[in-house]
Amino acid sequence: MPAVSKGDGMRGLAVFISDIRNCKSKEAEIKRINKELANIRSKFKGDKALDGYSKKKYVCKLLFIFLLGHDIDFGHMEAVNLLSSNKYTEKQIGYLFISVLVNSNSELIRLINNAIKNDLSSRNPTFMCLALHCIANVGSREMAEAFAGEIPRILVAGDTMDSVKQSAALCLLRLYKTSPDLVLMGEWTSRVVHLLNDQHMGVVTAAISLITCLSQKNPDEFKTCVSLAVSRLSRIVSSASTDLQDYTYYFVPAPWLSCKLLRLLQCYPPPEDGAVKGRLVECLETILNKAQEPPKSKKVQHSNAKNAILFEAISLIIHYDSEPNLLVRACNQLGQFLQHRETNLRYLALESMCTLASSEFSHEAVKTHIETVINALKTERDVSVRQRAADLLYAMCDRSNAKQIVAEMLSYLETADYSIREEMVLKVAILAEKYAVDYSWYVDTILNLIRIAGDYVSEEVWYRVIQIVINRDDVQGYAAKTVFEALQAPACHENMVKVGGYILGEFGNLIAGDPRSSPLVQFNLLHSKFHLCSVPTRALLLSAYIKFINLFPETKSTIQEVLRSDSQIRNSDVELQQRAVEYLKLSSIASTDVLATVLEEMPPFPERESSILAKLKKKKGPGAVSVNELEEGKREGGELNGGGERGGDSSTSAVGSTPSPSADLLGLRAGPPVTAAAPSAGSLLVDVFSEAGVNDDGFLRFVCKNNGVLFENQLLQIGIKSEYRQNLGRMYLFYGNKTSVQFVTFTTTLNVQAKPVEPLIEGGAQVQQVINIECLTDFSDAPLLNIKFRYGGALQNLTLKLPVTINKFFQPTEMASHDFFQRWKQLSLPQQEAQKIFKANHAMDTEVLKAKLLGLGMALLENVDPNPENFVCAGVIQTKAQQVGSLLRLEPNAQAQMYRLTVRSSKDTVSKRLCELLAEQF
Amino acid sequence: MIKAILIFNNHGKPRLSKFYEHYTEDTEQQIIRETFHLVSKRDENICNFLEGGLLIGGSENKLIYRHYATLYFVFCVDSSESELGILDLIQVFVETLDKCFENVCELDLIFHMDKVHNILAEMVMGGMVLETNMSEIITQAEAHNKMEKSEVRAALLRSD
Repeated sequence: MPAVSKGDGMRGLAVFISDIRNCKSKEAEIKRINKELANIRSKFKGDKALDGYSKKKYVCKLLFIFLLGHDIDFGHMEAVNLLSSNKYTEKQIGYLFISVLVNSNSELIRLINNAIKNDLSSRNPTFMCLALHCIANVGSREMAEAFAGEIPRILVAGDTMDSVKQSAALCLLRLYKTSPDLVLMGEWTSRVVHLLNDQHMGVVTAAISLITCLSQKNPDEFKTCVSLAVSRLSRIVSSASTDLQDYTYYFVPAPWLSCKLLRLLQCYPPPEDGAVKGRLVECLETILNKAQEPPKSKKVQHSNAKNAILFEAISLIIHYDSEPNLLVRACNQLGQFLQHRETNLRYLALESMCTLASSEFSHEAVKTHIETVINALKTERDVSVRQRAADLLYAMCDRSNAKQIVAEMLSYLETADYSIREEMVLKVAILAEKYAVDYSWYVDTILNLIRIAGDYVSEEVWYRVIQIVINRDDVQGYAAKTVFEALQAPACHENMVKVGGYILGEFGNLIAGDPRSSPLVQFNLLHSKFHLCSVPTRALLLSAYIKFINLFPETKSTIQEVLRSDSQIRNSDVELQQRAVEYLKLSSIASTDVLATVLEEMPPFPERESSILAKLKKKKGPGAVSVNELEEGKREGGELNGGGERGGDSSTSAVGSTPSPSADLLGLRAGPPVTAAAPSAGSLLVDVFSEAGVNDDGFLRFVCKNNGVLFENQLLQIGIKSEYRQNLGRMYLFYGNKTSVQFVTFTTTLNVQAKPVEPLIEGGAQVQQVINIECLTDFSDAPLLNIKFRYGGALQNLTLKLPVTINKFFQPTEMASHDFFQRWKQLSLPQQEAQKIFKANHAMDTEVLKAKLLGLGMALLENVDPNPENFVCAGVIQTKAQQVGSLLRLEPNAQAQMYRLTVRSSKDTVSKRLCELLAEQF
Repeated sequence: MIKAILIFNNHGKPRLSKFYEHYTEDTEQQIIRETFHLVSKRDENICNFLEGGLLIGGSENKLIYRHYATLYFVFCVDSSESELGILDLIQVFVETLDKCFENVCELDLIFHMDKVHNILAEMVMGGMVLETNMSEIITQAEAHNKMEKSEVRAALLRSD
């Protein structure tokens, strides 16, 4: 029997919908809708009370009108009234209206919350599910405040129906996403994790999304889910296709759940327990084996489901990056898919290979597929797939294949889709610059880019080629010659004229010896383009002309004539007119010496981060970059109590660096790795050497935050990302070379330990270093980082305080008012307290203060201090030796613009240090 | 996470839109138009995935879609979802609709919008998948339908 019979339903609604569908024009439709809206409005406002059925009918009409894209600004109240009906149909339509039309900041939330509360306690599973759905759909903070405490109880209660459990799990997840601070899992953690063992697969399906999200945020607390997930996965993978009955989808047992389990495992490193790991490896092997078996069905759904699992398994293998045997099999499997007849599989294979390409182990293996990928770029019918192919080529590019890849990308550009041309242009420009061995190849490539896709060459790209030509005298003659030849083409892009004008104006003399490119020929060539160009280009050309007068006195009279012509000197554009007048005057009155000084060759450009790279990062969105960095980090930092790891060539390029074997031979390694960054130990030596240069400002900015730029000057930018958990921390340092010149013998020394970073940073590139930190005991002095490198022969030396402060190891502690004051009193010894009164450095904004205190790592306790202006916080500092409980009270005095800060903790040095650190923050 | 589920016909008329993140009504309509524009110009029988439109997060998100007769079913998802998994999910959704409506067609979606929303709510909640088992979803839908019928019958009896 069909679940919905077509006969029933509301006649009035059907008539209305038919009317709309019969409207011949947009105007007629709007007219009909307005008529209906007026009708409904009058019905709602009318004296006669509407029965549930009519309310439902009208609300349904409103929903339909909304779907057509018309604003609905009434009916909300009627919908809320429907919620309290005890009829399913009315309640359901009320909830539907609210889910579709009410957003999280509506004033009606209170009323809605009331109705939800009633339904949640009704013990009617249908009503409970409707209410939970509504919470998940609206998901406002007010709802979280009202229900975050209740829902975990429903989720784990023994007598809750399965369908309600499913809804409760996802509802809780939604609330956790919007208001993580309100959802406290604490006591529920273990019972939630054990939902992975639930009999009902639907419950597991819902719960796994919740557990995955919670694990990402609190991996340690949810660690036990790994072994449960592995055993669940193993049961599914090894089951026959009939075992799981309804959860078998086209002969594949529980594909959705398998994928989610494999995703969950990607939140964690490989299991440490040998038995669990063995079982997991067995699962992965089984999945890989199944891929080779003949299909159980010819239907595409069967192969989809099977391959969905396979791709997730491969992602997990890539994530672990530790089982060479599995990695090889994964790479081979993807290689097979690259040539599969299903477009979807080719697309996914190209995408997965991109991540594989950035792994050091498999970069070479991926490179073997270069011909297939190039072929995909040339022949795929689908632009999505071609784009993935271009991404993969970019990822697998290194010095050995750069010429081939750049050439292929260039030739693809001629026919590429408009939507991806700009990105392609940026990528080609970056690869050309990054892997340029001789700069004449670089110049050729960029000029080709302008020739082929001039419209998509942004300013950043052609600025960059000029910067590089000006800064490298070995390529100037070649550039002048090439650009001169390129300008000979009858139709050439305006960007080419710009580059040509600039380069000939500076370096035209280098090719003037050849009669075919004598000064006058050069000038005439440039000037032949003049009239076709826009104003900014003309302005640039005028400057090139005056440069010509200096370079080649014999062109002076010709050029003066041009400048003197009415179309220049009386040009309606002010900028052009001014240039013409000034240049003309300059050329006629200035002596040769003055002219030569004024119009001297441009000095080299100051070195900056490649603007192209910045642009690509922007285009890709910040997410794209950080994800790569994180992945990079994951691979780099295997050990916890270890030292800094070798930095890799990072971020946007996603090209795995091949570790330079010479790094250690250079003898740059500092002393043997002392246990860890316990900064009290052995820091004297470096201090003595570098006291003068220690940079303090950057350091203080990181007390209340973990990520940002630590240091920046014209040459170097150092960015930091860090994360802390209990007494452990990991810090990623990103050294960005802002110049286009290599930094050589780049070394960093940490006063406690440091393994070398890559000794060479290419111009415009970034190198990453990972430092693992363990807090052994409390400390006041920050570790010092000394950086030395050579830039253009000059030795640069820099010492920075690493922003590792004691508060990074805080675990927030929530407590009630009563507990707080009891503990406060317990810490009453005079040396346990530290107090400071200081003037406000920043505006006394409550929200900003709150954010800073949260950034500090303590729990910010509301409703504890009798004075609501004051802030109190509690937390425990985790060190290996001991735990130090700390309480803090900050009393702002807005009138005096002063603060009083009081810190009490079980250890005197900690109180003192926290007080010092914080006094600078507000 | 699933950011949005959109169904529209070959002419771009929306037949169902469900957003799991908040956008203004205007933006929602623009997203539907943009998505239609992106999806409808693609050939048949090519890949079912593409990068999301700018309004819904650009390349951070993917559009995963299937085209059935007159209707496009489009799921916009972030990188935490398996593309093929979502493709299967769309199939489950459509097969479920087909069972519930007996040979579902575009008109069914128009005239029974509330039911379609209900069925979807049995599968996806707050952007996460609640249930993938078709018979379970249908059982729930049938139960709701039965309740509805009994209430309608009761109302008729009362009014007699």
